[in-house]
Amino acid sequence: MRASRSLEIGTGLFVLLGFAALVFLTTQLPASGLKLGHVKEGFHVTAKFDNIGDLKPGAPVSIAGVRVGEVEAIQFDPQDYKAAVKLRIDPEFNQIPEDSDASIQTQGLLGGKYVGLSPGGSETYLKDGGQIEFTQSAVVLENLVNKFFANMASKDPDTAQQQSKEPSK
Amino acid sequence: MSAAQQDILPVRALRKLGHVVLFLLRLIGQCGPALGRPRLIVAQIYNAGARSLIIVMLSGLFVGMVLGLQGFDLLQRFGSEDALGVAAALGLLKELGPVVTALLFAGRAGTALTSEIGLMRATDQLTAMSMMAVDPLRYVAATRFLGGVVSMPLLAAIFSVVGLFGAQLVGVGMMNVDVGAFWSQMQGAVNLDDVYEGVIKSFAFGLGCSLIAVYEGYHAEPTAEGVGLATTRTVVASSVLTLLLDYILTAAFL
Repeated sequence: MRASRSLEIGTGLFVLLGFAALVFLTTQLPASGLKLGHVKEGFHVTAKFDNIGDLKPGAPVSIAGVRVGEVEAIQFDPQDYKAAVKLRIDPEFNQIPEDSDASIQTQGLLGGKYVGLSPGGSETYLKDGGQIEFTQSAVVLENLVNKFFANMASKDPDTAQQQSKEPSK
Repeated sequence: MSAAQQDILPVRALRKLGHVVLFLLRLIGQCGPALGRPRLIVAQIYNAGARSLIIVMLSGLFVGMVLGLQGFDLLQRFGSEDALGVAAALGLLKELGPVVTALLFAGRAGTALTSEIGLMRATDQLTAMSMMAVDPLRYVAATRFLGGVVSMPLLAAIFSVVGLFGAQLVGVGMMNVDVGAFWSQMQGAVNLDDVYEGVIKSFAFGLGCSLIAVYEGYHAEPTAEGVGLATTRTVVASSVLTLLLDYILTAAFL
């Protein structure tokens, strides 16, 4: 009887663990909104962007390349058709000037997006619930490439040729 | 099967294959009735699954940590070490989790199954069961087969989860990859389909490895040497089958 009891407990534990792992894989990996561990401290500020590219919750917020917080949530603001990005800044970075500027940048060529803050000159600092007024949208590479090719095409090929030949004349 | 037969090699191989497939069909036929004895199956899930837990978790941790190191080293060259979470998650879920778990499973649980059934055969326990009108295929083979089939996907899932935390341990803890980026990029890039692919693969490997283990044990030559040879064949055949199936399934999923 004793042996059968420990056997059943062991099996139950194993099956429970296995299904917990499956549930973890199916719910936590693909879906967003994973909150690992403790509730993080800090204060929140929002910034509205025209275009956030593929910025995702959890992406870092940095000043001069140093991580100071993370993107907590991204919502669409139906009033002005902008993306309202809620940033959580770590409590020790409480001296960020109010007129700082937030921009969405890319880490490396293939890396993910992050929010970079460049400090302004104001004497008053950002507080909990504050808003960053100056923002710069994500640079969408495709748009840049499109613009570049549009520029190329609009130049008259004949004049371009003439210009290149001019010095030899 | 015996040396007296003079079939040429391809014919022998074909015959062996047919023998295995017929055995599988008979085994599946006995799985239904075997379900009527859940206690026997629970005992086999304990043997095949719960007792492989430690080795699977330990291996998962180290595989994940290696993945963290190698992935970081590679991704860093392209300045995208934040994609480490994606690389580790996809690598573990789709390939390393199911395959390495199946190899461990063949070594840990498959050999135990083969030698146990083989020894039962060698000591005439299976014959004794038949004499008592107890079908050994149902009560010995089918229960062990089912136990293995149930255990494998669970073990693979545990392996993947532990591996993921191993990768996080190295990537975030030692290499200072941003923890938010690690998880958020992973969640952005991993689909539910990727998870299903891993589960289906591990299920298929579980079927293959359990079948081979039970088959080899059931048909082991009833001598000490025969059981030893059967156990060796289990490991070799299971490993090769796992890798072969892995290629086929990967090609099918892409």
